Amino acid sequence: MTDTDQIPDKALEKEPNAFAQMMRMLWHDKVALVAVIFLIIVAFCAIFGPWLLDAAATKQNLRGRNSPPFDMAKGWLFVLGGDALGRPLFARIIVAASNTIMVATGAVLCSMVIGSTLGLIAGYTKTRASQIILRLADVIMSFPSLLLAVIVLYMLSPSVTNIIIVLAITRIPIYLRTTRAEVLEIRERMFVQAARVMGASDMRIIFRHILPVVFPTLLTIATLDFAFVMLAESALSFLGIGIQPPEITWGLMVSQGRPYLTNAWWLSFWPGLAIILTTLSLNLVSNWMRIALDPVQRWRLEIKGKKQ
Amino acid sequence: MSAHLLEVRDLSVEFHTVHGQVKAVQSVSFHLDPGETLVILGESGSGKSVSASAVMNLIDMPPGEITSGEVLYRGKSLLDMTGEERRAINGAKIAMIFQDPLAHLNPVYSVGWQIIEMMTTHGMPSDQAKQRAIELLLRVGIPDPESRMRAYPHQFSGGQRQRLMIAMALALKPDILIADEPTTALDVTVQAQILALLKELQAETGMGLLLITHDLGVVAEVADNVVVMNAGEIVESGPAGEVYANPQHPYTKRLIASAPGRGEMAEPVKAPGEPLLRLEGLSKSFGKFEALKDASLTVMPGEIVAIVGESGSGKSTLAKTLLRLEEPTSGEAFYKGRDLFKMSQKELFGMRRDIQMVFQDPTQSLNPRMSVYDLISEAWVIHPEILPKPKWRERVAELLGLVGLSPDHARRYPHQFSGGQRQRIAIARVLALEPKLVVCDEAVSALDVSIQAQVIDLLDGLRRDFGLSYIFIAHDLPVVRDFADRVVVMQGGRIVEEGTVRQIFEAPRNDYTRALLAASLDPDPEVQAKRRAARLELEVLRP
Repeated sequence: MTDTDQIPDKALEKEPNAFAQMMRMLWHDKVALVAVIFLIIVAFCAIFGPWLLDAAATKQNLRGRNSPPFDMAKGWLFVLGGDALGRPLFARIIVAASNTIMVATGAVLCSMVIGSTLGLIAGYTKTRASQIILRLADVIMSFPSLLLAVIVLYMLSPSVTNIIIVLAITRIPIYLRTTRAEVLEIRERMFVQAARVMGASDMRIIFRHILPVVFPTLLTIATLDFAFVMLAESALSFLGIGIQPPEITWGLMVSQGRPYLTNAWWLSFWPGLAIILTTLSLNLVSNWMRIALDPVQRWRLEIKGKKQ
Repeated sequence: MSAHLLEVRDLSVEFHTVHGQVKAVQSVSFHLDPGETLVILGESGSGKSVSASAVMNLIDMPPGEITSGEVLYRGKSLLDMTGEERRAINGAKIAMIFQDPLAHLNPVYSVGWQIIEMMTTHGMPSDQAKQRAIELLLRVGIPDPESRMRAYPHQFSGGQRQRLMIAMALALKPDILIADEPTTALDVTVQAQILALLKELQAETGMGLLLITHDLGVVAEVADNVVVMNAGEIVESGPAGEVYANPQHPYTKRLIASAPGRGEMAEPVKAPGEPLLRLEGLSKSFGKFEALKDASLTVMPGEIVAIVGESGSGKSTLAKTLLRLEEPTSGEAFYKGRDLFKMSQKELFGMRRDIQMVFQDPTQSLNPRMSVYDLISEAWVIHPEILPKPKWRERVAELLGLVGLSPDHARRYPHQFSGGQRQRIAIARVLALEPKLVVCDEAVSALDVSIQAQVIDLLDGLRRDFGLSYIFIAHDLPVVRDFADRVVVMQGGRIVEEGTVRQIFEAPRNDYTRALLAASLDPDPEVQAKRRAARLELEVLRP
């Protein structure tokens, strides 16, 4: 009886420890800490932005057309200036975060999950299925992704869901090929053989032994892809088959500001900066996570703490 | 007084690491004269390679730093030279060969090109260099050198690659050849050939040979003088025979005592009853290549059967097939009377508990992302019937104690342990499943001699306490001699001889067994001298 009582205790003890340890390692890497805070702000904007500022972001004010930034005379919402129809850029960026992040996150997550699952299957099994998966990936890769998007979105209506699907499909081969290549190598490693000798099932070998080793690579690709997807989405919007006004995304804002670049640079600059900062933060966080999740590398973060 | 060919005086090297300064080498002094063979003997981490790297200016600075001392070549200080002057000496006057020749040959150039390049960079006209390259290849024993010049590194065997490295090192007739573990990665018979070649070439050219090794047998085979290093310091030096016969320092004594191959040979167990495992006519082909041909073998309960052979002899294939990591082409394997190869996946799963394997390299066989606790308890996740979950923590601590580690180690990760400790963790993991038969695939080959002895003791103790049987796969004959009950010798996928340890070591019947025994190196220089003579006789028999 005492034995069974002890276990939940220990489990409880261990859980906050792991979390506290992660927090401590994050605290020691100040750059990653700033990046995490920035991403939390972006996430907050994406969730609550439309609800708080939607009215302000769509209200036209023709007297404030292309009003320059840092001019507080028109109120704090115009701190980043106004767009071609006199709408406050600050509010628009916050509202646009919602669509942008949804499309990017959705597409990246879908392609990562589908791609790496197919990659695991293709790498781990030696059956015909793996050949079929690979040829499918070749087909997708050889087909220009923008052309695919144009065809699909021309036939279907350009909604957020459809854009996510199209972007996800075009990015699947990246994850698939990387995962497969890594799995092929890891599968032959000694510790996988050792697990097999112990009688571990295929599922256990894949999820307990192979996936944790592949995961950091996938995470790094995903963060890089995040920026790519944001820009691809803006390219689609520019062609008129992506998100359409009055809906807004950062990419759309950049392309809307393009005609005014010579006399009102801020129209494109601020949403562009939002894209850059978000991807940069994601990269920094993924870099930190890769080290924090690897027991062999973890000391780097722990040592840093001691020195400071 | 005339200057020595190479003299290292009071050399200290430090490395700056996150854990502070690490003194890799402290006040090391030695010297080398023409025609002399000086061996630096030490276990991993003793600073033997760092000392040699300092001579070749191969230490990365930073993080390394030579904090004191000097390296003199014919009385000139090497450390004070400019990069230009060093390049003129490196390669031309002081050459070096390494443990892993494949890593040091460029895979995209033909070997001839690489040897010629070595000479042309030091200013030899290319037609002359080509002529010399052919001579060299012939000299180091590469047959048909003119056509082999155009071959690429992967087209040579390990021993031939080391010959190529030697040819390259000798291209410019150096005064000093530094060899860092030149034969560690090679089979015993090849090792003997390479060492013999080095000695011959030394006799021809009169160069000084500085050889670095962890193997007392190599010392006995080639050394005039020996320097014993431990933890960055020289603990003892002197003529090889004298150091072996009359070691002064406790470390040297311990090293010599732990050298395998001189213990009592086991008397054959007359185990009654059923064999634990019986292999019948086991074969395995990969395409046309037959890795294993008609192998038959029995293991009695509590018995240690050693499988000995060189690389490519099929010994690892045998183990893998037995564990069903590879499917056999034909043959039967009866474990307690049931055929392993006819078992369904479900029956096999139950079997997995009974037959376990300890792999060669614990660095690779332990998942680097799992803590020791996770590694050991994984056995019970897979086979929950062994132990109820509440008892896991206690049992992990118990198992760690059993293999000589502390229970606190459970929370650490594999990279925080040394090689020997990692192998203990791997053994603890195997014991967690309470197996009956453990297959050790070169389980001690990657370990230092003293650690090797400890692990062997541990395995032996476990046999006594739990009645385990072992299939002990090794290329190292002395270890086998001490540990095994019965020996099976394999060559080219076939079992060529089988017998008790005494039969194999004292009265080998097969020529190959005899060649293998003659090629294995004894730590005693006197015994080794006799073996050398015996080997010369056998060479007439071998193609």
